[in-house]
Formats: sequence, structure tokens, C-alpha cells
Amino acid sequence: MAVKTLIIDDQLISALEEETLLQAAQAAGIHIPTLCYLEGISEVGACRLCLVEIAGSSKLHPACVTKVAEGMSVRTQSDRLQKYRRLIIEMLFAEGNHICAVCVANGHCELQQLAMDLGMDHVTLEYQFPNRLVDLSHDRFGMDHNRCVLCTRCIRVCDELEGAHIWDMAGRGTRSQVITDLNQPWGTSPTCTSCGKCVAACPTGAIFHQGSTVGEMVHERTRIEFIVNARQNHQWQF
Amino acid sequence: MTLHSHTPKNQDSSTKHVSRAAHFKMLDVILKRHQYRQDALIEILHQVQDLFGYLETDLLRYIAQCLRLPLSRVYGVATFYHLFSLAPRGTHRCVVCTGTACYVKGAAALLTTVEQFAHIHAGETTPDHCLSVSTTRCPGTCGLAPIVVFDDQVCGYQTPNSVRDRLKPLLKQT
Amino acid sequence: MDISDLLNIADQERQSQTAFRIRCCVAAGCVATNSLAVKENLQMAITAAEMADTVQVCGVGCMRLCSRAPLVAVDQVTPAKPSLLYETVTLDQVPTVVATLPSAPASRSGAVPLQQGDLTHPFFTHQRSIVLENTGLIDPERIEAYIAMGGYRSLYHVLREMTPTEVVDTMTRSGLRGRGGAGYPTGLKWAMVAKAIADRKFVVCNADEGDPGAFMDRSVLEGDPHRVLEGMAIAAYAVGATQGYIYIRAEYPLAIQRLHIAIRQAQRMGLLGSHIFDSPFDFRIDLRTGAGAYVCGEETALMASIEGKRGIPSPRPPYPAERGLWGFPTLINNVETFANVCPIIRNGAEWFASIGTEKSKGTKVFAIAGAIRNTGLIEVPMGTPLREIVEDMGGGVSDGGTAKAVQTGGPAGGCIPASAFDTPVDYESLTQLGSIMGSGGMIVMDQQTNMVDIARYFMEFCRDESCGKCIPCRAGTVQMHQLLSKICEGKAAPADLHLLEELCDMVKHTSLCGLGQSAPSPVLSTLRHFQDDYLALIHPE
Repeated sequence: MAVKTLIIDDQLISALEEETLLQAAQAAGIHIPTLCYLEGISEVGACRLCLVEIAGSSKLHPACVTKVAEGMSVRTQSDRLQKYRRLIIEMLFAEGNHICAVCVANGHCELQQLAMDLGMDHVTLEYQFPNRLVDLSHDRFGMDHNRCVLCTRCIRVCDELEGAHIWDMAGRGTRSQVITDLNQPWGTSPTCTSCGKCVAACPTGAIFHQGSTVGEMVHERTRIEFIVNARQNHQWQF
Repeated sequence: MTLHSHTPKNQDSSTKHVSRAAHFKMLDVILKRHQYRQDALIEILHQVQDLFGYLETDLLRYIAQCLRLPLSRVYGVATFYHLFSLAPRGTHRCVVCTGTACYVKGAAALLTTVEQFAHIHAGETTPDHCLSVSTTRCPGTCGLAPIVVFDDQVCGYQTPNSVRDRLKPLLKQT
Repeated sequence: MDISDLLNIADQERQSQTAFRIRCCVAAGCVATNSLAVKENLQMAITAAEMADTVQVCGVGCMRLCSRAPLVAVDQVTPAKPSLLYETVTLDQVPTVVATLPSAPASRSGAVPLQQGDLTHPFFTHQRSIVLENTGLIDPERIEAYIAMGGYRSLYHVLREMTPTEVVDTMTRSGLRGRGGAGYPTGLKWAMVAKAIADRKFVVCNADEGDPGAFMDRSVLEGDPHRVLEGMAIAAYAVGATQGYIYIRAEYPLAIQRLHIAIRQAQRMGLLGSHIFDSPFDFRIDLRTGAGAYVCGEETALMASIEGKRGIPSPRPPYPAERGLWGFPTLINNVETFANVCPIIRNGAEWFASIGTEKSKGTKVFAIAGAIRNTGLIEVPMGTPLREIVEDMGGGVSDGGTAKAVQTGGPAGGCIPASAFDTPVDYESLTQLGSIMGSGGMIVMDQQTNMVDIARYFMEFCRDESCGKCIPCRAGTVQMHQLLSKICEGKAAPADLHLLEELCDMVKHTSLCGLGQSAPSPVLSTLRHFQDDYLALIHPE
């Protein structure tokens, strides 16, 4: 296994050849904001929050899919990057209907946390107030499309870890929407195994346990980590 | 939004009385011709829409089962591409080109004329299923701009008046 | 199939030629103006006048001057004389066309006069046809016509006399750059795929010509489909691929139909399939139809669509040359790029490199449309000044006014002001002006055009065509479109303009694929060259 040496935010770091910048940074205790990334499932590079500057390249690179290279010099926190990140989070708030005060995930929401980390105290962009629905047809879970940021974590976790692929994205552009099977109420889905991995994977309060009230929705990320260790890394033998 | 490629064959007088069962038999032929290959999904959806006029939920379910694809995946693909329609469309189609060349030559006014005349918006079908109105981004006949496509026939150099004249007979008959 | 068979077909085709030939344009633009009926009536009139053994009627691809459709040309083959071009030919003019032929019986009275086209106009004389060398001359539905023009001989030459490395080397030396928009050196791309070690490789032709106002690829595919197939086969030999795909948009039914015919003909003659020209080289081509998604012109989205998925781009690297279709190395080139391959093989890399400018070699096909007198298809050497294209060839603005700008590169491009019309058209010069070469659509705008409205139009396009995967493009285009609408309606304050600029900067630098990265280009280029149009609409606070 070849080892590469690189510099991230003036810190000398060694990483394995196949590691991404994000993994290398995390291992070194350097925080890079992410939203669509979830350890254990495939990366899509869609949220653009983990973009970093690499010396010698005029483009910005998503840390979640960029592999480390020898001698690379990376900046993760420039003013420009922070400005872009803040604007991206603003756009997400303006795009959906995110009202933290009445949200089940209040205090446990990655979107909310990102906004606070980036110092986004108000939204300068125009709110879109889209007309979105809430699906409470499932016995145990609920889906509130108003809070969905279209990160596709639920789709990937259901496809890659559970193998059911009940979720997918329908439509495109601003009309994109996460759907169940043939765009039917979740409770009527013949393919859902009710495993709850999507609930654990959701970064916001869009997919939640029914019966939870404001701030009660804690995402059980350790469950996903456990399953990844079992299914993909084959970490224990019986 | 469609041009030439999706003329529903069932509107043809000779095949008008072909039963639904026969259509399903033809659907099986299509699937077999593509060897039930998952990567042929878009080609299959094109041909199934040609056959049935639009993509009903039952058809999508059947295709998903035959190709062994997740239901949501088939639904996701069918809704991603603008040429696929999940709802029945009108007997006649009026497609206004909103490509750049047509736009600088007044396509916006043509679209407004069509919408006002038919009392529906682009992307909709009249309640009596007589006419569907939609827009397209350039079928590549910019030399004739601005163009409107009536029932798969490209008509060039259109004006609000010529559009009205062409729409009249389409709205009358069923 | 051997070279002697190929030469035989060409010989027979030449021998069957009659003294006169009537060419009717049967490309989509002319078909829309009833050219198929004109062609049929001409055929019937010739047969009725018992002139069939001296006069041939054939359908051909685009004859360039689309604004005067339908076009009919009359060639005198023996003894050779300059051709005549008739414009806007109607059905009642058919007898007049027949009557102009020397062997025609005495014409009856009441003939409708013909509109004769001027073939000495700069629109025609300034053209240099390489890609379009056969377009408008041969019947696209007959492989024999293509073979008679020397078709499939380059493929034979490559298979028999050149190693794959030599082919790649020839492409590199020719200096050909991708005609899809970005201008990546074609030889470099081929070399990357050729070097990749894999069990399977693919060659893909991008015929998803999505830019509104662009119809170059449509014209090539409708007028000379075999040259694209031959170019793809040569590419496949050079990189070691055995399977090809042509991804074509469903809005081009005529091109799809002609490609189907062409592929079937080539397969039947053994020019595609197994053991081509009795060599160990196998190559199949399949068609894949788009379904109305502009983003599928982006190569990673296009590959997803070929695999039957939602046409959503993925981050590069890995590039298709390393991991493409189903994870295998894949060569993706545009229609026009493949159409340049045969002439380069036939005439040599040095010949091609002698045309054009230092960094942009060869010719470029443009579709000129909009507020211009002569709309249609032109092919000019790289480096031709915009003024020559717009004023000399295009004949200036249609109703006698002056041009305000030319939009190039579609929704990813920008608007070039009239003051910069002396710029030579090549990749670098257009980029310097804040636009791009793009695929070759050129829309001329007159003084009445409001550039803010044009920027808003393109933003609406990008908003509608955004796949929705990455946030900057999905949400940013919505916000920018709203701001531009606000400006157009005269409701915007200077702060809105500032916010618009900030959004442009962010979307340009953070979006995942080319669609998002270039979505702000029409705004940025109009802000740069036509700031007054914006300021006139903004009211001070």
C-alpha cells in the first residue's frame, strides 16, 4: 500500500494512495463541511460543500471524490470557499420549506448545523415556498418533502446497504422529488422492508420516526456504521 | 413535448380497434427484441409510448418486472426525460419551438396566442382531449424560424394569425 | 468485401449517371417546406416526358441556404457546366424546372417563373467544404453514392496499411480539436483510450445536438451519414474498440431514420460487423435515442443515458477514457469530429494542419440563424472573421438594420458585440471575448433585441434543463432567473445586480458539470458587453 504525503491547510499529512482528500482530512482532524456524503455508501459529489482549493489548479475540487496525490497542497477554508458554502446553504433554505422551530430534527439536523457553522444568520435570496407534501402512510415512518434537500442519501442507503431500492429520484431540476416505487404512498410500497436505514441516513427531518415531536428525531448513524462494517468490511466471523 | 417520433399508432384508423390484449402482445415483442436488457430501458419506453400513446403506471410496473429493475428506477427514468408522458395526450399536438432563433423572431408571442386560443398552458391537454400544447427547444429547422409543429408537421414563418388559422380545425374535430 | 468490390460499386455508380441530374434537398428544413412532394412530382414529370434516361432526380442532404427552402439544383454532368440553383420551389413550378432542360419537349404556356439562386454569392463561394464535402451532393439513403465519392476507402487504407498507433499519430499531427464545444485535442483523447488496458472498449458518437439554434450535426447525419460511421470505425480501430454507440436526440427523426438505413446498408456490405474487409477487425454500431434532456450532451450524463439511466452527470475524474460505459474505457467524440476523420486519413495530417489558424486547425461548420438574411449552413476555415460570416455570407440583418450581437455556443456561450466582429473565429479568440466556439450555432441579433431579455431566456433554458443533482445549478439557476426577470420588469435595484453577479460567480465555480458551470456565461458576457442594457432597466434606490 503506497503512502502519499500532502499538505492540507498548512498541515503535513500522510494518507493511503486510495484515500480521498475528505478521508485524509478527517483522519487528521481537519473538518470539511459535507451534506450528501455519508460514510459507507457511494459518493456522488452533489452538494458541492466539500469543494477545496488545490494549488496549481484553477478549478475547485470536491474533497469527497478527489484522490490524494503526492505533494498536493490543499486549502479547505479560504474566504472564497466559505462565501460559496454560505450561499449554497442559503439556497437550500430558500429552496425548500425549512422551519427549524417546528421540525422534528431541530438540534439534530445537519443542514441547521451547517448554517450555524458557516455563520448564516439570514437568507438574502428569495424564498420559493414550494408546494410539497407530507407522506404519513407508513406505519412507523414519515416523509416530509418540505424538509428534503435532495441529497439522495436515502436512495443510496436503500439501494446499496438494504438492496431494496424503494427510493429513487423522479422529475428533474427544481421539480426533482424523492419517490417511493411508482410514486405511491410509502405505506403501500410492496418493496419497502421497513428497515429504517433511510431514517438513519437522512441529514434533516425529512424522513422521521412517526410520533416524534420537535427536536426528538435523533439520527442513529451508528446503526449504518454497524451495518457497513458487517456487510461490506466483513469485520467479524461467526 | 413531442415531435415526429411519438405518433400513437392506435390513432390510425386501421389499428383503432386493436384490443388492449393485442397491444400487450406487441409489448412483449418489443421487450423480447431488446432481449430484456436493462440498458435498453429508454428505447423500450419510446416504443411503448408509441404503441400505447402514453406510459401508464401499469405499463411501467410491467416493464420494471420484465427487465428486473426496481420500480422507482423505471419511474425515475420515465419522469426525467421530457418526451415521455405519464398522462394521456390529446388527439392533436401543437408544439411551439422556443429555441433561440425562434425566440428572437417572436416565439413568445406565438406561444401566448396558442395558450389563449386553446385556453390551456404549455404542457397541458384540453379537457376534451382534443389538443395538447407543448414547447420544444429546437428541432433544428432554424432557417424557417419561427416554427410551430402541428401534428408532427413542421410549419415555418408562423405568425399569431397563421397559428390561429391552423388551430381552428384542430380544436373542432375530435 | 474487398477493395476491388468497392471500386466496382463506385464504377457502376458512375456509369449509371445521366447527362443531367436534378438534386432536391430532402433535409429536415426543406422537408418541412414540402420538398418531398416537389421531388416526387419532378420524378413523375421526368418520367412522363420520357426523359428518364437522360435526367436523374435524386434527394440530397442540406444545400446550405435553408431560408430559401425548398432548394432544387440542376447539374449538367456531360458536358460539364455550372449548376443552377432554384429557390423556394413550389409544386406548380415543377413543369418549369423540367422545361429548362435542353432535352425537354416544348414548354406549355402559363409556366410559373422560377426563383434562381445566385451561386456566386459569398454565401456559397466563401465556403470551404471538408465535413460537408458530400452533403447536398449525394443521396444519403444510398451507400453506393457514398462509395462513388471514395467512401469507405479510408477505412480500407487504415485497416490494411496503418497500425492503430499510426492512426492516432495522424490525428494528433492533424491538430484536429473536438468540435463539440470544448476543443480538446482529438489525437490526445484517442491516445488516452488507445493506451488504456481493458477487456472491452467503446466508441461513442455524441449526436445529442441540444443547443437551440444549432443544426450542423443534424445536417451531416441527414446528408452524409456514412461518413460518420466510417469515422467511428477508424476511431474504433485506432483505440481498440469493438462496439460503438450513436446517441442521437429524438427531436431528429429524419436523421435517426437515415442512420438506421446507413447502418443496415453498411452491415449488409460487410463494412460494419465482423471481419471488416476480411481483416480481424470487428465493429458494431448501435443507435441510442435521447428523450428530451439537454444535459445528456454532457459526456458523463450521455453515458448514463446510454446505460438506460437518468441522464445525470458524475464528477470527472475518472474521465470516460479511463472509466466510461459500464466502467470500460470509452472514446466520446462529436458528429463533426468523426466527420473530419476520413478527409484527414485520405489527404494526410499536414494537409489538414495547413487549413485554419495556428491553434485551431481545419474548418468549422456553423448554423447561422436569427435576424439575418441568409440563414443556413456554412463551413468556413477556422479564423474567418465574424464580420465576413455575418455581413458578407449572411448578407447582413434581414430587414436592413444593423446587427447588435451574435450569440455563439448556445446556452453555454455568450453574446459577441458588433464592435468585435473583426475577431477571427477560433477557439481562443471566442473564449477571450467571454463566449465559446461551442458546437457551432450562431444566432444574429438586431438592434431591437434587449440583451437582458436574452440572458433571461438562456437562464430559463438552463433552469428547465438542469438535472437537479447539484445544488448550485438546481437552485442557483432558479434564483438567477428570478433576478433577471426582476431586472427585465424594471423592478430591480442596484443591490439585485450585485447579488446576480455573486450568484453567477458561485454557480460558475461550484457546479458539478458543464451545464451549471457555463449557465452564468450568457449573463456574464452580456453584463460585460452590454452593461447599458442592464443599467437602463435598473432604477436607483
